[in-house]
Amino acid sequence: MPNKSSIPLSWRLNKSIYRLVGNKCKRCGTFFFPSRDICPKCRRKGDIEEVVFSGEGEVYSYTMINVAPKGFEQQTPYLIGIIKLKEGPLITGQIVRPNNNIEIGKKVYAVFRKLTEDSKSGIIKYGFKFKIKD
Amino acid sequence: MTDIGIVGYGCYIPRLRIRVEEIARIWGADGKNIKNSLGVEEKSVPDIDEDTVTIAVEASKNALKRARINPRNIEAVFIGSESHPYVVNPSGTIVAEAIGVSNNLFCADLEFACKAGTAGMQICYAMVKAGMIKYGLAIGSDTAQGRPGDALEYTAAAGGAAFIIGNNPLAIIEDTLSFATDTPDFFRREGEPYPKHAGRFTGEPAYFRHVVTATTNFLKKTGLKQDDFDYIVFHMPNGKFPLKAAKKLGFPPEKIKQSLVVKKIGNTYSGSSLLGLSNVLDVAKPNERILLTSYGSGAGSDCFSFLVTDAIEERRCSAPRTREYIENKEYVDYGLYVKLKGKLKL
Repeated sequence: MPNKSSIPLSWRLNKSIYRLVGNKCKRCGTFFFPSRDICPKCRRKGDIEEVVFSGEGEVYSYTMINVAPKGFEQQTPYLIGIIKLKEGPLITGQIVRPNNNIEIGKKVYAVFRKLTEDSKSGIIKYGFKFKIKD
Repeated sequence: MTDIGIVGYGCYIPRLRIRVEEIARIWGADGKNIKNSLGVEEKSVPDIDEDTVTIAVEASKNALKRARINPRNIEAVFIGSESHPYVVNPSGTIVAEAIGVSNNLFCADLEFACKAGTAGMQICYAMVKAGMIKYGLAIGSDTAQGRPGDALEYTAAAGGAAFIIGNNPLAIIEDTLSFATDTPDFFRREGEPYPKHAGRFTGEPAYFRHVVTATTNFLKKTGLKQDDFDYIVFHMPNGKFPLKAAKKLGFPPEKIKQSLVVKKIGNTYSGSSLLGLSNVLDVAKPNERILLTSYGSGAGSDCFSFLVTDAIEERRCSAPRTREYIENKEYVDYGLYVKLKGKLKL
């Protein structure tokens, strides 16, 4: 998560956090999220292009958060998962309610939710979370 | 002249619900009596991370799936709501960025109580007609506020619907008309968390006068008759008002039945009549005609006639139907409802 007080930092990440925009090396076909400037496999021979991820994937791992960090206290209990996206990358994200049907391997899709807010008078941060497919 | 209308539509309703009886239990009221007098059984409740913007984004994503257009071709975004998360800072730009529309964008947040979403549709329609934009996105979305213990608490709900307006529509906008007067039946002052209403005054001089006059004027203007419409949709502050308005206007109750989503989700304010329209579009057949009259306190009504085209059959399967959102639900008790609505101070 970006620094809570840094509006420029979260603004710079808007595209990837709102729409799951990452990238792909056209040479070796590897997908990256978050975006990378250089393909670590192909190095200078790599050819990076922007990609909007489908948001579909499956639960690779998860845990329930009962004692939350600052800014998330009102949301407990909530699930955090590592999601293996259809395109390949593993990414971390919250998994939205209901909390009782979670299982490793379950299919998920990305949804747009409020992530946190600095305070009642502060900036609201939005972005992707995941939802178990019914 | 090329037909202009709804190219794609989509809705979103949070999956949490609270029963009217559960709210009545807290205030020592007769839940069964309230349920019957309002014609509302339960209402949708936003989760702790859902608000007008997130509802608008999910509804817009569904509209895009049906429209099957590149979001870059959307050049206008208008969101009508009574619960924009910011007083200053538009909801529209967040939604636009989240669905990837063009940055060459006409964008504004609209407010006219519960009719701001249909006002957005009129603006998009006019801009497409004028050749200013190729496609416009109009959204009605709300997480409605109701003071704890107030009559509004039984119905103030959350949900929204989005409509992409342009050429090659699945429902042609045949015509539209508005009627507005200075009638302060329901209002919320700057900085106040909950709206106030004028009780029974919200009925005859407010809702009924505007809905009935706008519809009557519209029928006069277009020359269309009650029999020309297969479905009608009115704003749904409760389950009774739209049925009474239909009766006053000479429409049989069966024509409004499909649109009455209020019974199971409550009054979604700016999303209300548009969710009714979305539920009608889910079942309407080509060449059927739909009348929609919204209502916003303050007060005004926007009236539309839509003629469904052949494109509906193919496009409506591309996104979840309104009924699926209504039926996919989980009940919360009043304690959790209070937490989710952010009424607890930590």
